[in-house]
Amino acid sequence: MDALLLARWQFAMTTVYHFLFVPLTLGLSVLVAVMETLYVQTGNEMYKKMTMFWGKLFLVNFSMGVVTGIVQEFHFGMNWAEYSRFMGDIFGAPLALEALTAFFIESTFLGLWIFGWERLSKRVHLACIWLVAFASNLSAFWILVANSFMQSPVGYALQNGRAEMTDFLAVITNPYVWGQFPHTVLGGLVTAGVFVTAISAYYLLKQRHLPIFRMSIKVGLACMLVSTLLVMGTGHLQAQYLAKKQPMKMAAMEALWESADPAPFAIAVVVDEANKKNSFEIGIPKVLSLLAYDKPEGEIKGINELQAAAEMKYGPGNYTPSITQSFWTFRIMVLSGLWMMLLAVISIFLLYKERLEENGTVLKLLLWSLPVPYIANSTGWILTEGGRQPWIVVGLQKVSQAVSTNVTSTEVWISLIGFTVIYGVLAIAAIYLVRKFILEGPVEHKPVLGVLTKNKEATLWN
Amino acid sequence: MELNVLWFILVGVLFTGFFFLEGFDYGVGMLLPFLGKDDVERRMIINTIGPVWDGNEVWMITAGGAMFAAFPHVYATMFSGFYMALFVMLMALIVRGVAFEFRSKDENPQWRSTWDWMIFIGSALPALLWGVAVTNLIQGVPINAKMQYAGTFFDLLSPYTLVGGVAFLLVFLFHGALFLTLKIEGPIIERARKAAVTIGILAAVAFLSLVGLTYTNTDLFKSGLASITLWGAVVVFVLGYALAWIKKYGWAFAMSGLAIVFTTIAFFSGLFPRIMVSSLNPSWSLTIHNASSSAYTLKIMTFAALILVPIVLAYQGWTYWVFRKRVTAKDLEY
Repeated sequence: MDALLLARWQFAMTTVYHFLFVPLTLGLSVLVAVMETLYVQTGNEMYKKMTMFWGKLFLVNFSMGVVTGIVQEFHFGMNWAEYSRFMGDIFGAPLALEALTAFFIESTFLGLWIFGWERLSKRVHLACIWLVAFASNLSAFWILVANSFMQSPVGYALQNGRAEMTDFLAVITNPYVWGQFPHTVLGGLVTAGVFVTAISAYYLLKQRHLPIFRMSIKVGLACMLVSTLLVMGTGHLQAQYLAKKQPMKMAAMEALWESADPAPFAIAVVVDEANKKNSFEIGIPKVLSLLAYDKPEGEIKGINELQAAAEMKYGPGNYTPSITQSFWTFRIMVLSGLWMMLLAVISIFLLYKERLEENGTVLKLLLWSLPVPYIANSTGWILTEGGRQPWIVVGLQKVSQAVSTNVTSTEVWISLIGFTVIYGVLAIAAIYLVRKFILEGPVEHKPVLGVLTKNKEATLWN
Repeated sequence: MELNVLWFILVGVLFTGFFFLEGFDYGVGMLLPFLGKDDVERRMIINTIGPVWDGNEVWMITAGGAMFAAFPHVYATMFSGFYMALFVMLMALIVRGVAFEFRSKDENPQWRSTWDWMIFIGSALPALLWGVAVTNLIQGVPINAKMQYAGTFFDLLSPYTLVGGVAFLLVFLFHGALFLTLKIEGPIIERARKAAVTIGILAAVAFLSLVGLTYTNTDLFKSGLASITLWGAVVVFVLGYALAWIKKYGWAFAMSGLAIVFTTIAFFSGLFPRIMVSSLNPSWSLTIHNASSSAYTLKIMTFAALILVPIVLAYQGWTYWVFRKRVTAKDLEY
């Protein structure tokens, strides 16, 4: 395999893995802050236990997000040096601002929060976790500013052989980021809502630690309901924007080969990519136009027309992303969202009627739905990034032009295998810990002095 | 002042802060399995840096981000050129980062001991690799006319750069041992003091070798500021060792920190106006001009940095004040 393909695999693998942890960090930081706010306002120790329990899970997840995030920052220079040269003038700024405005706050105040329970006043301690929540979500903003430029470049000029920034304000007010940022942050809240709800459901099923998890499931479900509704709203607006700005991605996620007015919404297709058609499809007439334009008419451009237009504009080449992947990742994401919303509505109804705890089926469904937000997050990003292929920066630079020219495939192989192995081992360790915490429940911290372990290692100084 | 110069200084400041702060973090991390005799002691040692190590590491992340924003060609050439070295560093930083979080979360002695050794490896490798990296920048690496690194991983390893790596590692160990003498209580203090005095000798030898080889292998001493600061670093380092010897540990720590600061300044001013020296042809070196971003981006980033850096310094400083007390075996709440 050549270095380009390996570099793409490596970026895909490390990014998807990194983004397993990020959404939970974004959302759970807010929920833990809410729990501690309840504690500070009521003085009820139960809320403190709740904060500590979810905080412990948050920290394991947070540390995984941080260490896998460093890899992401280094990747751009290591595997994608030509991208860095071409885009550094624009892309470096949001990354540096992310570190300056967000990472410093996040890391410093999380340190204060973890070690500061006895040293800080209750209110200052509470402020620390709110700052962590704020900074985590702010970092999402900066990285999405950078990503949005790749999807829809604004505020730049092509000069000196690269894209140079001409209007910083345009870069951070890119309409694309104002669709993507709320959708991503809300996706984080959905993830946290489902996470808290699912684990609380486990305790309600087991009839353990009831007061804490009765309260937790309320927090989780409220978050889940509000954020699933909003995430779908923002997703809808984002798709309408895509129809205008990235018609190829829109056509790909609908597997729409020929332009149509009005366009049908496909429910299921079998794509024949070689012959540029669907060998099977069922759809509902007019619905795609309705979704895109809020009226049952309007042209949606098809893949073939867009491919021909791109060849006219950029010269010969394949400008069509993987249709099967785009089509199905979109549907899996949407179905996951619908499933979580439905579940939230049913559970909240039962909660209101005070029948949730006796309903084992719904509690089990809540527990088993734990992977669903992760599936939605991953498919959403695979759709977003896969749908801009072959471009790394839409219209400006192709992925094939972006890869480092002096890195050998052997080197990429070694690092790809290395990261895969270490990520695998860490996943096992993290899951082991989370499982252990859940089985233990919100217990008091064990007295440290009781767990002396004799050190058998070499000693140099005595 | 020209913004390219300002950003060179700013990147230098970020690396200086990073080496000073992570210097003692790495040192403490490397000493952990040796100075901590039992679990309580090890937790005490970890807790001396527990609340701050992550914030300190962000200095490196920010230095990387600043380099990407201000000197994208340096970022591209260095990161793709030093590929395998950075891969090893990433692996080390990954295990180190999670180890701090994971090690106390399970009572199994094997679990804890494994993560403690991960902290050791995760601290030693980056310390070594940063020394190798910095000395390579000034000694020069094969960079061709197209700003591409034209060598292999093994071209990065030479007697000079290996001495650079060992010197960084030992100086950080010395710095970390002195930090521990100030931040911990009980029998570990005596061990940390002994460690500082023992390692200090080795660090002095390595550091003086580094300075000597820098004289023969690089053009660093052509710069007046670089010469003054590097000799200044030698003086304060020796002074720091003497202070440790007469048991003035607070002053000794200040001096080891100052030696790190002076050394970083010396290397950066020796590089100026280059950032990466080409060993193939001096005119192919990456400089603050041919490797930089546009004037517009530098201007935007300057505004941001001038506002944000003082704020960061203020709240990070406050954190050190909050955790100013020595760590005792009684307050291991975490």
